Amino acid sequence: MSRHPGVVALVGNPNAGKSALFNALTGARQKIANYPGVTVERKAGRMLLPSGEPLELVDLPGTYGLDTTSPDEEVTRRVIMGEQPGQAKPDVLVCVLDASNLEQHLVLAQEVIELGRPTVVALNMVDLAERDGLVLDPEALAAELGVPVVPTVAVRRRGLDDLAAAVATVRDAGVTSPPRARAHLTGPERRMMARTMARGATLSETSVHRLHARMDQVLLHPWLGPVILFALLFVVFQAVFSWAKPAQDGLDALFSAGSAWLRATMAPSLLRDLITDGAIAGVGSVVVFLPQILVLFFFILMMEATGYMARAAFLMDRMMAGVGLSGRSFIPLLSSFACAVPGIMATRSITDPRDRLTTILIAPMTTCSARLPVYAVIIAAFIPARDVLPGVGLQGLVLFALYGIGIVGAMAAALVMRRTITRGAASGFIMELPKYQLPTVKDLALGLYQRGWIFLRRAGTMIFTVAIVLWLLLNFPRAEPGHDQVNASIAGHIANGLAVVVEPIGFNRDIALSLIPTMAAREVAVSSLATTYAVGATDEDARAIGLSAQLKHHWSLATALAFLAWFVFAPQCMSTIAVTRRETNGWKWPAFMLGYLFALAYVFAGAVYWIAVAAGLG
Amino acid sequence: MNVTLDQLPLGTPARIVAVDWAALVPEEAHRLRALGLEEGAEVRLAYRGVFMTRDPIAVEVGRMTVALRRVHARAMQVEAQEAMV
Repeated sequence: MSRHPGVVALVGNPNAGKSALFNALTGARQKIANYPGVTVERKAGRMLLPSGEPLELVDLPGTYGLDTTSPDEEVTRRVIMGEQPGQAKPDVLVCVLDASNLEQHLVLAQEVIELGRPTVVALNMVDLAERDGLVLDPEALAAELGVPVVPTVAVRRRGLDDLAAAVATVRDAGVTSPPRARAHLTGPERRMMARTMARGATLSETSVHRLHARMDQVLLHPWLGPVILFALLFVVFQAVFSWAKPAQDGLDALFSAGSAWLRATMAPSLLRDLITDGAIAGVGSVVVFLPQILVLFFFILMMEATGYMARAAFLMDRMMAGVGLSGRSFIPLLSSFACAVPGIMATRSITDPRDRLTTILIAPMTTCSARLPVYAVIIAAFIPARDVLPGVGLQGLVLFALYGIGIVGAMAAALVMRRTITRGAASGFIMELPKYQLPTVKDLALGLYQRGWIFLRRAGTMIFTVAIVLWLLLNFPRAEPGHDQVNASIAGHIANGLAVVVEPIGFNRDIALSLIPTMAAREVAVSSLATTYAVGATDEDARAIGLSAQLKHHWSLATALAFLAWFVFAPQCMSTIAVTRRETNGWKWPAFMLGYLFALAYVFAGAVYWIAVAAGLG
Repeated sequence: MNVTLDQLPLGTPARIVAVDWAALVPEEAHRLRALGLEEGAEVRLAYRGVFMTRDPIAVEVGRMTVALRRVHARAMQVEAQEAMV
């Protein structure tokens, strides 16, 4: 037997507590990447055997069986079989079972054990089973299954040493002798068997005290349930915009200070400008959204860890069915309000491919946090700060309307797509509603850290590169002395060409120019408009009058409204396009997404402009 | 007396006696089986969805709660269990 670091894989049904067990066994040292060629996350870490020998532990996507239906489940099957490229065949399989739902979880366990590979069963969440009045006999179960059974409570780190010891034992023993359950059974036979074994392993079952049933009485209540959900969503959005504000301002100040310090210490040169205007401004304008993203993910992770997210999907299913989607699409769309990138990645849990594609294609219409700075700047400059009703400001109303138009647009687009390009039988909604659980601080912190890190790494690589390239396009070729640098640059030439196209919808050349770098990320629109007007200004005094005053000077109200309308739909986000390409395996769907969203943006901005002009606001 | 699962009164224990698998999309049939919703399963209709349409529904099967649409439940014949322990 080879002695190179062995591989252990965690296999189990969804909601078996696999991830918590994985976190408990590996600690914070985890590597998250994608399996090559597919978009399924590969989570790997290091666990230690009692001898101190390290093994690589891989957390496989949850599955109900080895005859698979979704891309996630297919990866699980392939890794177990040793068919997944880039992944060594696991030496030991750890089958994770929810102790309080054995008759369901033992179906997959039998399938895994039938493979005849070194296998250990982790009887997880035994504490919750005890809370439900279930007393189990692990030894009886081990005798039935023919493999070691170790009771664990991942969140309290109970049974972890025993589990590691069992892993070492079966690894050293190699392939185990076939128990009687090893004979290949049909699905219904396995289920019968699971029921019998579950009964055999149950020492006593007192009247179940089920807290979650009582919580569901309220949270799934036909009308109280939706009211609670919407109240919760309201709190989430309030928090995203208010809790994150101080941290966001702090980060912003930090980047400005860093930039100012560099300007003061370095001699004026193109390199200095490249660092301050290109790198710091570009990356900084994205990193300031980190607090908002963390706050939103805090709520999303909480909703997932407690089991409430599945209830939200249940409550939203009827509404989503109205446009041909299902409750499962609600989860990715909710994430998209922070950022469409994690939202689109979250569509992986949608099993129906047409449903998933539709959700990906409409996700960019939900108002992500990157649009906020654009909306905020334009609204502050053009919409008077007065109340239309007591307590209801006109500015807030406009912002609310922009969110509303995005949602209505997304729903309308889904409706049209489900009748055309993603036509097919209306998808169903079949989903396990997991038990309610208190999330552990550690798992939550780890999840937030991972999300934040992925976001920062993206800002440090992709957005960094784009910022540098755009800066180069704006600065080369160099203008003759006394001539406008912007007009002479490559970007300027493109902008002048683009201006012809966007003039009919009320946009001027400055807007056309800002739209080019804005392809990287929407929030860049603000900084690029500021740069354009700063370059246009001849002296420092003119630069100092501020973007708001500049905008009012150069734009009509109709133009400003058209600009807002444009950003409701325009797919100006390179990360979204990139992630769509990755998730749909090709350029066809991102190209379609770009096309239809730009067309919508153009038509809607044009309509707003001409209606505004007709109303005398031009 | 047999009824389909969606017509079962809330909270009544029942056993699935027949499923019209042909009426279901193959993937969905597969998933329902994987979750244990098949012939012989002991179920209880636990919750009905949002007011007006009462769709989707949540069914307890064993110690698990599964959400599904009424259209799926309509394919399942159940027999109410009068005397359940």
